[in-house]
Amino acid sequence: MMAKNIIEKIWDTHVVHQEEGKPDLLYIDLHLIHEVTSPQAFEGLRLAGRKVRRPDLCFATMDHNVPTKNLPTINDPIAKKQITTLAENAKEFGVQLADIGHPDQGIVHVIGPELGLTQPGKTIVCGDSHTSTHGAFGALAFGIGTSEVEHVLSTQTLWQNKPKTMEIRVNGQLGVGVTAKDIILAIIAKWGIGIGTGHIVEFTGEAIRSLTMEERMTICNMSIEAGAKAGLISPDEKTVEFLRGRRHAPKDDKFEEAAKYWLSLASDSDASYNVVLEIDADEIEPIVTWGTNPSMGTGISNTVPTSEDYESESDKQALKKALAYMGLEEGQPIESIEIQHVFIGSCTNSRLSDLRSAASIVKGKKIHPGVRGIVVPGSWSTKKAAEEEGLHQIFLESGFEWRESGCSACLGMNEDTIPSGERCASTSNRNFEGRQGAGARTHLVSPAMAAAAAIEGHFVDVRKYVKQAQEV
Amino acid sequence: MEPINQVTSVITPLDRKNVDTDQIISKEFLKRIERTGFGRFLFYHWRFDEQGNEITDFVLNKPEFKGSQILVAQDNFGCGSSREHAPWAILDYGFRVVIAPSFADIFHNNCFKNGILPIKLTEAECDEILAKGKENPYSVEVSLEMQTVSGEDGKVYNFTIDPYYKEMLLNGWDEIALTFKYDDKISEYEAKRIAY
Repeated sequence: MMAKNIIEKIWDTHVVHQEEGKPDLLYIDLHLIHEVTSPQAFEGLRLAGRKVRRPDLCFATMDHNVPTKNLPTINDPIAKKQITTLAENAKEFGVQLADIGHPDQGIVHVIGPELGLTQPGKTIVCGDSHTSTHGAFGALAFGIGTSEVEHVLSTQTLWQNKPKTMEIRVNGQLGVGVTAKDIILAIIAKWGIGIGTGHIVEFTGEAIRSLTMEERMTICNMSIEAGAKAGLISPDEKTVEFLRGRRHAPKDDKFEEAAKYWLSLASDSDASYNVVLEIDADEIEPIVTWGTNPSMGTGISNTVPTSEDYESESDKQALKKALAYMGLEEGQPIESIEIQHVFIGSCTNSRLSDLRSAASIVKGKKIHPGVRGIVVPGSWSTKKAAEEEGLHQIFLESGFEWRESGCSACLGMNEDTIPSGERCASTSNRNFEGRQGAGARTHLVSPAMAAAAAIEGHFVDVRKYVKQAQEV
Repeated sequence: MEPINQVTSVITPLDRKNVDTDQIISKEFLKRIERTGFGRFLFYHWRFDEQGNEITDFVLNKPEFKGSQILVAQDNFGCGSSREHAPWAILDYGFRVVIAPSFADIFHNNCFKNGILPIKLTEAECDEILAKGKENPYSVEVSLEMQTVSGEDGKVYNFTIDPYYKEMLLNGWDEIALTFKYDDKISEYEAKRIAY
């Protein structure tokens, strides 16, 4: 039999119909739904008199718009309307919903894995580009637009052209204080935000194998920031153990049967890809983005680039535009950048291990008086688990605010925005102009780097803190 | 959706690469539950200052480009968020065609579902069109049927497009209605689907 990679294996088992001159008709195993990209899709169904074909394969929650304090009050009437619309649609079409106040509520890409809905080998879609997160489990997961949401609701399928495949191999081991977030930021900084366009990426290599499931989610989450259709990681024993006992995972004998199937999906050792890229983990240092897209990042010990670093006129112009927006100088040391806000949260870095990592840095310290910090756990269940460990106390004592779960300041659709001209060290995934608020300046970092910056009031190499902690 | 074949208009030269969907339609405008009415929010923070006044040197605000139906930009147009509000805003503003050297995948897909024609030309061709359009208003005729962009100066640029999406755009088909024809196949698949 011809060797296959996991992408080909999943694709081939989901083709409903194949015909010359058409994309493949792919079956969708899990459709995750949230309030922002679904109302027009449900309205489309209503107008055409159509039903949801498989409500049992849909799961909805509220995350983008929800306030993270003073719940259940929603001050913004338009946001409130969108939230009540999803509740009404879920009821009308029979879709399971984790509403605000429900113990399963949270960021859709955090709760999918927590509930065991996310499983290896599944095709998973959601009207959200960070659906790639679920690829950490060896699922083929990608973001879709609202018309496609409507298509999946009505038919449980999508017409899809088969993308090319790409392997990104991360060799070696990460240094102390360097995280999964730094791997993916380093990959994007090295090859750019368009490198994955038209491809599905499989992350492989020793460094990837060493990561926990939560860390793998951080990597796959940001594969869209490299332009990839999806990013995934072949399942292994860690994947299986993460899912064991989760509510929607199979039980008992069925679980063992499923586990065997899941492990069989891993790429064959002699599988090939259209493109193969390699990077060494031990060369990666903690990354800080300085510009207005996720590829504009560099190591903490470096400086902001200068126009001499670029060859093409358009790249020089892009640098100038980005630095003008960010209020930075060419050649400025990264450590000299002062921040006023720290946001620890988002579908990239709001899981328990992220909160533990940030808490370990701030424990017993106070955040800088010029900094306002918020911690937004990715889900109710994450929040509860963190509180059981006393993490909330560590954050509160250091001066952070401890909030309810949601997308929050990652995109600032709710009240959690960064004022114009101010700077935020953010554990989220996008540093686009205005992403966290009109005129807001976003620097993407790992939770540990965000925590260290909160204490110092400017970026600092978190490895110093980690070393101190180890010496104590 | 509205079928599309021929579009003749002056081009709007948006000489930027990596135009992300956060710029196309900012998050504060995503809370509406309708598909229409997003045009006035297109490129909002590039078009308007903090007081809501037009920023006169932004290309969409220049009088010579008012009424343009063809937007031309640089590499990786539409990267970032999956929000279909981005193509809705582009369409509602009045654009039917976007020309760029490359598009982000989700945005590219979203265009086809809304009767917007995304055309990929080479970087050199886009540079050339942008340069012409920035110097003087430059009109082109786009023909989806012929797969051409014909400039008023006689220059013709050819493009390729997936035949499936070409037919979809030419006919303005409802994709869901088409998929319903495969209902038996979907049921057949469901009967043997691997599910845990």
